[in-house]
Amino acid sequence: MNIPLLPPERRGEFDSEVRRRGIRGGIAVVAGIVLVTIFSGFTLSLIVAAALLLAIYAVPWDMWRYGRFVVPAVVIVLAILYPYFRDNLFELPLFGVFPSTDTAVTMTIFIMMAIGLNIVVGYAGLLDLGYVAFYAMGAYTAAWFATPHFSQYGTHHFGAVGVNPESPGFHLSIWIVVLLAGIFTALIGVIIGLPTLRLRGDYLAIVTLGFGEIMPQIARNGDDLFNTGFNLTNGAQGINPIDPPGFGKTISDLTGLPSDYLTFNSSFLGKELGNVEVFYWTALVLLLFTVFCSVRLRDSRLGRAWVAIREDETAAAAMGVPLMRTKTWAYAAGAFFGGLAGAYYASFKGAVFPDDFFFNISVFILCMVILGGMGNVWGVIVGGGFLAYLNQEGLGNIGAEINDTLGTNIDVPLYQYGIFGTILVLVMLFKPEGLIPSARRKMEFEEGVADQPLYDVQR
Amino acid sequence: MATQSRRLPLPTLAGRLPAYLMPAFAFLLVGLLLIWLAVNLFKTPSEFYGLFLIGLTNGAIYGLVALGYSLVYGILELINFAHGDVFMLGGMLVATMVSSFGLAGDSGAFLWAMILLMLVIVMAFCAVINTTIELVAYRRLRHAPRLAPLITAIGMSFILQNVGLVWKGARPTSVDSILPRGEVFSISGVAYTWDKLIVLLFTVPVLVVLILLVQRTRQGKAMRATAQDRDASAMMGINVNRTISFTFFIAGALAGAAGLLYALYITNIRYDEGFRLGLIAFTAAVVGGIGNLPGAVLGGLVIAMIESFNNGLGWATPGSDWTQSIIFGLLIIILVFRPEGLLGEQTPEGG
Repeated sequence: MNIPLLPPERRGEFDSEVRRRGIRGGIAVVAGIVLVTIFSGFTLSLIVAAALLLAIYAVPWDMWRYGRFVVPAVVIVLAILYPYFRDNLFELPLFGVFPSTDTAVTMTIFIMMAIGLNIVVGYAGLLDLGYVAFYAMGAYTAAWFATPHFSQYGTHHFGAVGVNPESPGFHLSIWIVVLLAGIFTALIGVIIGLPTLRLRGDYLAIVTLGFGEIMPQIARNGDDLFNTGFNLTNGAQGINPIDPPGFGKTISDLTGLPSDYLTFNSSFLGKELGNVEVFYWTALVLLLFTVFCSVRLRDSRLGRAWVAIREDETAAAAMGVPLMRTKTWAYAAGAFFGGLAGAYYASFKGAVFPDDFFFNISVFILCMVILGGMGNVWGVIVGGGFLAYLNQEGLGNIGAEINDTLGTNIDVPLYQYGIFGTILVLVMLFKPEGLIPSARRKMEFEEGVADQPLYDVQR
Repeated sequence: MATQSRRLPLPTLAGRLPAYLMPAFAFLLVGLLLIWLAVNLFKTPSEFYGLFLIGLTNGAIYGLVALGYSLVYGILELINFAHGDVFMLGGMLVATMVSSFGLAGDSGAFLWAMILLMLVIVMAFCAVINTTIELVAYRRLRHAPRLAPLITAIGMSFILQNVGLVWKGARPTSVDSILPRGEVFSISGVAYTWDKLIVLLFTVPVLVVLILLVQRTRQGKAMRATAQDRDASAMMGINVNRTISFTFFIAGALAGAAGLLYALYITNIRYDEGFRLGLIAFTAAVVGGIGNLPGAVLGGLVIAMIESFNNGLGWATPGSDWTQSIIFGLLIIILVFRPEGLLGEQTPEGG
């Protein structure tokens, strides 16, 4: 090994580290290959994946100055290329095939929401059980400003693609709508937060739960709001069709970006690209933006104030952290990304229905944050991706696999919320800091937990 | 105790507004409510009486469930989200027992003996479930940050709901109607039926026994001491773990009794009913002042009355579509403006 960027005196250390990790990682990787080959068969992609994993793990990248960017860069490149190599990938035992690109879009969007919730729960330590309200706000914003819904207010078009220019109602470009949804939802977050954030702990949780229950009811009954005949949400039928994203003809001609996602059809590097791929890449861009903002926010003055409040509210207040303002900002930031994701998801699905916004979704997103590791963006990405995959495809695959092998007839997706509940309980009992914890959060969860309380000693 | 040493006054919304504004607002609200009720009473008196009786009966059931929340919150400061689902499982057990004992069509002493037997079985069943949950899921987390047991409780609630879903399926399970539904007396043409009276006849003794238990017995004294300060009560020779287990046992038994009454009175139960009713009952506990036993029953009655009147009255009523929003709106208003509830005491959460 000869990496010129490493100072000569550290080469010995580097080599021994590579040897140490190489042996450990090598054994794990070989075991993995054998396992997958036995259960699902061998393909070339298995070797490639194994080599990549080994290279990432065995080389102590953090000894190099820019090493901390290596793993994120590899992950980003793999994510971008995913539609290209997905069809040639090996199958995993139990889980079966890797998620389709369509599922990957949903996964990406749910990861965005989980990162948004992570700002509230993970950074600021405020348990929000009504996050679905923000998702609903974002989705309905898209439904108001990119559909024929408000046809009684005339015809207003601004940059919308893929719709008849005669179509009544508001039709803004979906990019403006997504941004608008974020800002609008953040405002709602502030409005909800101002009176309630004074409460502590579980009272706050129950109040947010209340808002999370009220929101879908407004959506369901909003077709005739307070008997005035004003149709806000179109009731149980939901609102559709929501305009697809796209850049319009002018920008498309100038830059080659797709003009309308739904009708997009092209081929690049030998692969037929349909609308799912562009939806996926756009979601990826939005996710990168979310991750970037989240990481930068965490390291900012505001982010440190959040952590201070999480660890000890009274001490933070004594140190001059303005409690209300800081908490409200956490709410607003979390809500912003929820709205962003909600609006984009609505545009991806082309419709919103009030039944999409039940309490279950709030717990589902909370489960992502907790499984991955509260407060750690990377953990939340892993947790969110995994659970969204399980929800969309994974449980079905696992069920089919189990039934095939054992000859049983178990409906695994029926146990969906039982499984999520079990995950919540098990993680909280045995690894409350999550799978990929942030070091700081880990200490908080472990501090004092193992202390022998006075009343356990007696008798 | 880390959780109990932080009783610092926090700025509340009420503190920043002029002192007269809060009572004025409250009086305005209550006044409007009374006017609304009076107008409805005047316009459709018979409907009003009918809804009042329904509200009274539902309120008794809500009160029983709310007591469980209140007991557990009082001693651990934990919202036991799984409580409503324990109630639901109790109701499902009753549904199973009624059909397997073949009680439909029975009457007389045999029926009453069987109902009492079912009451004992279902109370024991729910009490054991609740105590097990405490043992398995909450005990390890006594000293964890308060988020941890709360999240565990939500997880337990989902697990129990799934148990109910797998047990009885996604459709409501109907329970054979075995309570007599004859008339006891009637006010202006509205009959007060036996099934409603039976719900009250079961609830009131349970309440009296519970309040006597908490206020008069040694075990009750241990519960109150543990709620105040766990370490100090341990030093006084109270077995804290056993006291907490006992509290969960009692709460579960109450949920079981409520499950029996609900299943027999409403005559159907669904897997997600427990969570919905649990939230309403928790709201009732908060309205009455959480940790306060008579308050929980009062809250249950208030919430049930609001629900019943809102579902049925005609004049200027939002209607059943909005019941849940109104209940949760009330919850939010109470938590923000009067976190100690109607009868309760100050808690650290509300400031």
